[in-house]
Amino acid sequence: MAQVADQAQKFVGGGILRKEDPELLTGAARFIDDMSIPGMLWVSFVRSPFAHATINSVDTSRAASMPGVRAVYSGADLADEWADGLPCAWPVTEDIKTPKHWPIAQDKARFAGDAVAVVVAETRPQALDAAETVDVDYEPLDVVVDMEAALADGATKVHDEFENNSSYVWNLDVGEVEQVFNDAAVVVKERYYHPRLIPNAIEPRGVICQPNPAQGEYTLYSATQIPHILKVTLALTLGLPEQKLRVVAPDVGGGFGSKLNVYAEEATCLALGRKLGVPLKWIETRSEGYLATIHGRDVIQDMEVAADENGKIAGVRANLLADMGAYLQLVTPGIPILGAFLYHGVYDAQAYSFTCTGVFTNKTPTDAYRGAGRPEATYAVERIMDALARRVGKDPVEIRRLNFLAPFDEAREVVTGLSFDSGNYDASLDKALDMFGYDDLRAEQQRRREAGDTKQLGIGVSTYIEMCGLAPSQVLASLRYVAGGWEAATIRCHPTGKVTVITGTSPHGQGHVTAWSQIVADELGVDFEDIEVLHGDTAISPLGMDSYGSRSLSVGGVALHYAAEKVVTKARTIAAHELEVSEEDLEYSGGTFSVKGAPDKSKTIPEIAFSAWTAHNLPEGTEPGLEETHVFDPPNFTFPSGAHLCAVEVDTETGMTNIVKYVAVDDCGKAINPTIIEGQVHGGIAQGIAEAMYEEAVYDENGVLMTSSMSNYRVPSAAELPTFEIDRTETPSTTNPLGVKGIGEAGTIASPPAVVNATIDALAPLGIDHIDMPVSPERVWAAIKNAGGSTVDARGAETTGAGSGTGSADAPGGGT
Amino acid sequence: MIPAEFDYDVAESGDHALQLLEQHGDEAKLLAGGHSLLPLMKLRLATPSMLIDIGRLNDMSYVRDDGDALAIGALTRHEDVEGSDVLEQHCAIVAHTAGEIGDLQVRHFGTIGGSLAHGDPASDLPTVMLALDAQMVLRSSSGERTVGANEFFTGLFETALGPTELLTEIRVPKLTGGWSYQKFHHRAQDWAIVGVAAVQSNGGASVALTNMGEVPLRASGVEQALTSGSDAATAAQEAAQNTSPPSDPFGSADYRRDLARVLTRRALQEAMGR
Repeated sequence: MAQVADQAQKFVGGGILRKEDPELLTGAARFIDDMSIPGMLWVSFVRSPFAHATINSVDTSRAASMPGVRAVYSGADLADEWADGLPCAWPVTEDIKTPKHWPIAQDKARFAGDAVAVVVAETRPQALDAAETVDVDYEPLDVVVDMEAALADGATKVHDEFENNSSYVWNLDVGEVEQVFNDAAVVVKERYYHPRLIPNAIEPRGVICQPNPAQGEYTLYSATQIPHILKVTLALTLGLPEQKLRVVAPDVGGGFGSKLNVYAEEATCLALGRKLGVPLKWIETRSEGYLATIHGRDVIQDMEVAADENGKIAGVRANLLADMGAYLQLVTPGIPILGAFLYHGVYDAQAYSFTCTGVFTNKTPTDAYRGAGRPEATYAVERIMDALARRVGKDPVEIRRLNFLAPFDEAREVVTGLSFDSGNYDASLDKALDMFGYDDLRAEQQRRREAGDTKQLGIGVSTYIEMCGLAPSQVLASLRYVAGGWEAATIRCHPTGKVTVITGTSPHGQGHVTAWSQIVADELGVDFEDIEVLHGDTAISPLGMDSYGSRSLSVGGVALHYAAEKVVTKARTIAAHELEVSEEDLEYSGGTFSVKGAPDKSKTIPEIAFSAWTAHNLPEGTEPGLEETHVFDPPNFTFPSGAHLCAVEVDTETGMTNIVKYVAVDDCGKAINPTIIEGQVHGGIAQGIAEAMYEEAVYDENGVLMTSSMSNYRVPSAAELPTFEIDRTETPSTTNPLGVKGIGEAGTIASPPAVVNATIDALAPLGIDHIDMPVSPERVWAAIKNAGGSTVDARGAETTGAGSGTGSADAPGGGT
Repeated sequence: MIPAEFDYDVAESGDHALQLLEQHGDEAKLLAGGHSLLPLMKLRLATPSMLIDIGRLNDMSYVRDDGDALAIGALTRHEDVEGSDVLEQHCAIVAHTAGEIGDLQVRHFGTIGGSLAHGDPASDLPTVMLALDAQMVLRSSSGERTVGANEFFTGLFETALGPTELLTEIRVPKLTGGWSYQKFHHRAQDWAIVGVAAVQSNGGASVALTNMGEVPLRASGVEQALTSGSDAATAAQEAAQNTSPPSDPFGSADYRRDLARVLTRRALQEAMGR
């Protein structure tokens, strides 16, 4: 049946402009903050300034008397609202420690930003003013910020009910790991810290709860990636009958995983709607979001590789400490597990060991952030490949070629037991090297090294793999994830020839409406403009598992393909009946059934949709209407891969590092819309460069977030980013009939090691082999200082202290 | 995001602004471009109860050739300073530096007077004014006085401006020699981690530093070394002398001291080659 996808393709593969864009570009889109309901009140949260404190008492009396205030509640006041705490859907081990997580803290605040009280008022400023007057008596407690300190004997506990701050230890061992490492000619071991990151979707979070007390029904509007998952989990948290709850994700301005969660503010607004019987709205401020929305990464990785004297890898061993923060949010413990199977990258290995310890600290909880687990794995693998290359005296490209899995177009099993769907790692690397001008840049690098230039050149390689298309439900079961990984799609063919598509994915910037229209237009021969795609409302699309982990196309798009096949199958029966031939005598192409040998005798899908609606002349046993639903549970993951190359220029006097060339060749399988792919790759690389060079959430020793706003949490702008030169190779996935793999996270996964490897490469002649992300000017400068000075010592510019300064007469004049 | 409650009045003229200042005293803040004050108010780090909007006093937006010096109206937007032909011809360091501030939006709203009166040691223009020995013209209802840049910046976010005074004009010299402003920052829109202004003079240069203390600082050690015949690279070694740079997420004090030396050398080399 897969032929359907291979038939005349008018739209699929074309870089069609997005249907979504006119309303987004003209300000006509409707985000939560554009919405208002008559009689609506505003909610504001009181948040702990302490990272760890006992809440002795909460005095709400002054706030309650403020203008416009309707209600003020402490955590204790709302304790009876909850049937359960906020959910963690991924208890990764049997003995994981999962703390109760009340939406409003009741006994203790466990991170700076933990909500301790909530105010309801007539206007937003009134709610904010009143929140400042809630008097909370805190007793500050000792704070654990650092993961290793948190695991030390006698460390302050984030949760008293557990014996220590270790939430879980998850392990995967394959092969004779100890022996392989003992026998290896070369063992390289390095430690990498992956910084804590703040997601920064362009739209902050927001919630509107609209109760309908007469019917006992609730509609919750939320800036979320996961309306379907929210509906199930909030029903459980509040003890609300699920059939009485509708969740709507209106236009949503980005997520990157930060809106893949079930948040205290969503549960609280719903509880307040139930308690007060009036509509309520909460909009997060940016600085509030820095505290109250999940963070990403924050992982210490001890990475080891065993190889022979040529650098041919025999085994890998990764040992991680992953910072959970103070609580386990929706999939917090599972994030490192999404990378757990990828610590051998695109390279062959016989022995494999991965261990991750989840650690509680008094910080904002971590969870999924674009790439989720796979950037950590890719960073560790690609950094250690460069370290191995340096050790055995090979070029970074050569060491990778030596270890690549050979090209394969049928699924093949790898050391972890996973089955990679298809791959051709040489093809993307070849193309990237060609575009990059690798040899010329190496020559220029050599020239600058010999000349002792102030600005040195570095080249970084990253040949990454990731794992998308979450997920086969049975595999999720084996990983102890509590839900399935399927996706649903419905195609409704209207009697007027128009088509409605209902998808369980929940786009928040990706362009599903356009891509889904392309798939259906080709498969049913309907005009692109005649297709409407509905999503993000549990009353309209009751079945869905939402959007995250680059799953939407490779699971939801494939579900749509199968639904289209079902439509064609039913339409064929009706067409054969009307044309008075057998089904085998019909050919189907571009939406038209024609009789073999008599092409003038034909029926189109819109014509059959009309017949199916009138039901005047249907074959025996055929139901009226032309509408089909398919729920697709993928048989395997998909494994996008590619090659990213980066050249940086490092000012060895100041540490300033600039990207001078960036080439990316990604393989995401078959392309549905190359323009959308380009957008995803550009945004992904930008976010990865941000991670590699600019962004880091920094806490002080008291657990206070120092990088508390965009003025000091350094999100880069277009001004800091280079021109991206991008291209693709296409190795069709064997996991699904569309041959698609996913592209939403690739740029973010691939780029950090390319940038950091390039920076280290620039400084390698100084003996520098390690700098942690972000490679900020000061980090680079410090590495140069620690290595004993810069390459330009001869000019005297760097020498300091009394009596020095010789050689300065040679300093070239003229400046810039 | 949402500032605390405040009153607001629009000054119709310079005199009216002074009158409103007299009336409200310490409780009032002057609002020009708003790109320093409003972010603080939105985070509730500043909570003035009264804002006096002087942003519409268009007669205080000008750049004039006054013979020996150039006069810049305090409410001239950074964008207009950057684009001024008069400045470009006679004191280009001011125009160049205005173009280095923040981003386009900030430069379209922010004013030279607002930037100077804010007294932020991480700002670029105060350093340039110090290197130029610029004169600030301050007006109050009792008259006008002129304060040199070396006396104007008195502390962290503090200036010589009294509570009832208005900065009306900045007077800068016509330059005959080279100049340079080296701004070191990680992102284009960031404040300087360190900045160095150098203005060539007879036999040496005036050098001033951004973000190396609570106020913009003259690098007098560098200036003296130049006067006594040192070359740029040698003199630049004195750049961190008598400074007290901050340590913050953008850079440690040690890093800033080293940057000051490197950037001073580069500034001197550029100024002398220009």
